[in-house]
Amino acid sequence: MYSYTDFDEAFVRSRVAQFSQQVERRIDGSLTEDEFKPLRLMNGLYLQLHAYMLRVAIPYGTINPHQMRQLAMIAETWDRGYGHFTTRQNIQFNWPKLPDVPAILSALADVEMHAIQTSGNCVRNVTADHFAGAAADEIEDPRPIAELLRQWSTDHPEFQFLPRKFKIAVTGSPNDRAVTKAHDIGLRMVRNGAGEPGFEVIVGGGLGRTPMIGRVVREFLPKAELLPYVEAILSVYNQLGRRDNKYKARIKILVHETGLDEITALIEQRFAEILPVWGGQNDALLAQIEAAFAPPAFREAATDGYDAFYNADPVFRSWADTNLAAHRHPDYAIVTISLKAHGATPGDATADQMRTMADLAERYGHSELRISHEQNVILPHVHKSDLPAVHATLAQAGLATANVGLISDIIACPGMDYCALATARSIPVAQQIATRFDELKLEHEIGPLKIKISGCINACGHHHVGHIGILGLDRAGVENYQITLGGDGTETAVVGEKTGPGFAYDEIVPAIERLIGAYLKVRAEPEETFLETYRRLGLAPFKAALYEAEGQQDAA
Amino acid sequence: MSRPYIPKVVTANALLEGDVVYLTADDRWSRQHHEAELIEDEAHAQMRLLHAAAQKSVIVGAYLADAKRGPDGPEPTHFREEFRTRGPSNYFHGKQEEAAQ
Ligand code: SF4
Repeated sequence: MYSYTDFDEAFVRSRVAQFSQQVERRIDGSLTEDEFKPLRLMNGLYLQLHAYMLRVAIPYGTINPHQMRQLAMIAETWDRGYGHFTTRQNIQFNWPKLPDVPAILSALADVEMHAIQTSGNCVRNVTADHFAGAAADEIEDPRPIAELLRQWSTDHPEFQFLPRKFKIAVTGSPNDRAVTKAHDIGLRMVRNGAGEPGFEVIVGGGLGRTPMIGRVVREFLPKAELLPYVEAILSVYNQLGRRDNKYKARIKILVHETGLDEITALIEQRFAEILPVWGGQNDALLAQIEAAFAPPAFREAATDGYDAFYNADPVFRSWADTNLAAHRHPDYAIVTISLKAHGATPGDATADQMRTMADLAERYGHSELRISHEQNVILPHVHKSDLPAVHATLAQAGLATANVGLISDIIACPGMDYCALATARSIPVAQQIATRFDELKLEHEIGPLKIKISGCINACGHHHVGHIGILGLDRAGVENYQITLGGDGTETAVVGEKTGPGFAYDEIVPAIERLIGAYLKVRAEPEETFLETYRRLGLAPFKAALYEAEGQQDAA
Repeated sequence: MSRPYIPKVVTANALLEGDVVYLTADDRWSRQHHEAELIEDEAHAQMRLLHAAAQKSVIVGAYLADAKRGPDGPEPTHFREEFRTRGPSNYFHGKQEEAAQ
């Protein structure tokens, strides 16, 4: 696995030292909050509803067992014994105390982790397909490129004060699991006519107040030109982005207002200026990084034990059917560990669970772990013969819920249980939906379905690209939940459509139940997924199910 | 006729722990909403807010929140403020936990 350079180490350590002094000066009163706030945000420290929150970057969602154990230690020593994995492949601690934060950052630095650039108008944590380096459908592991971008963007002097925050996502597979079309820059690996791998470059996607699907500015970019090209995009954005209006400052608005042709021309122009000066300076570095991301030495062993167990044990079979994905090595599987036990908080893991996952990765998973934007944890390389043992250990730790990709595998942002910006709660809505459909014993019958919940218009819960999206709002001092349908975050990305008026807190779960009832009734066959049914029939049958009962009441 | 002033409390977060705090009539920062000073006059509210904001090494982000008179002291009127008096709904953490101890 990739290991930080001495430069990274020195940089992170000096930042910790700097921030420790800043905290001291804040506490003794020599810094005001106005002075201190930008400094703490630069180091990932937010002030939320009930406490501070520390956001720690997990670059491209890749983490090793040693780091995972350190997160467990931090959770136990300075927090409430758990951590929250987010849709940006970060981890958040919800209860740190200000005087303890320097010690936490120092403990993170001990395992090559930090909270730098997890806030502010800079290039944020670069996210990647959580199956990177393992997926059967992958062209190449996209993480070396993500790492190159991380090194290039960290403390980049030109891009520390962009018009607004900037998010980059990368995938090496045609099946997009990294929501690349909803990022400021999305990089999707493709092959050119000659069969060489390169990137399709997508710009101007984003959710939030004005959801937009990104546009392709370059159909094929050779890998070696990636960095200068990304620099060209950022340079155009840095110059022309709308600094006058916070709500119009993201690159998606610039792309929208400038038009695809013109923005593409501007980027290409800038690129032509930069490229010759750039030379081949990253080629050697990229080769070095690629070597560090070489796949593990896969084990050759029989898999018939797995087949026998699969046929004999229905609980294991159900888990294997939902939580495993195809690995590039036929004898291996990708394991998704669900952090969505029915009724639990999506994305939360206790310190004990973190240690269990770290142990499993070490023992059976070539010491690799990934965090998915869907708030689950991945063991990317598990030999099939080890799956029964992995499952048994997960079951003991409350981590064997067989629901990945199903209705209870919900993305939910922290919402008004933690987030200072929230307009309504999202976690309890997720908990109640999961619990309800578990009681109904319907989720396997319903099949693949993505529900995504955000507690405000900022859309951290990706509700716009949920098959069913739920947005919590404050309507005249009461929590109100707006439903969107038909959203899709994959390579066929679309923003969901609003169904109509929202639902009160205690009406939202019954409303979802009516929606699902309608789907089960109108689907052409059990294999037709919710999204397919929606695409075939449109809003009408779902709208009827959502609002019909209300209409009858009105008429009565 | 001008609209009647909606009573307020001054609230903030404690600098060190980040915990929600309320300004009392005798100039303390209480962790409990019902101990807050209920302010029923706009000019007085602005004075109290200035007074609070000046305490920069004790609290962060002071603001005025709507409140109403209750049997045991001021009560929040908006759900956000109500959550702030309690803590999150997914775990028994924060003020609700302290209150139970
Ligand atoms: S969507 Fe809104 S409520 Fe949810 S985490 Fe983001 S800012 Fe907070």
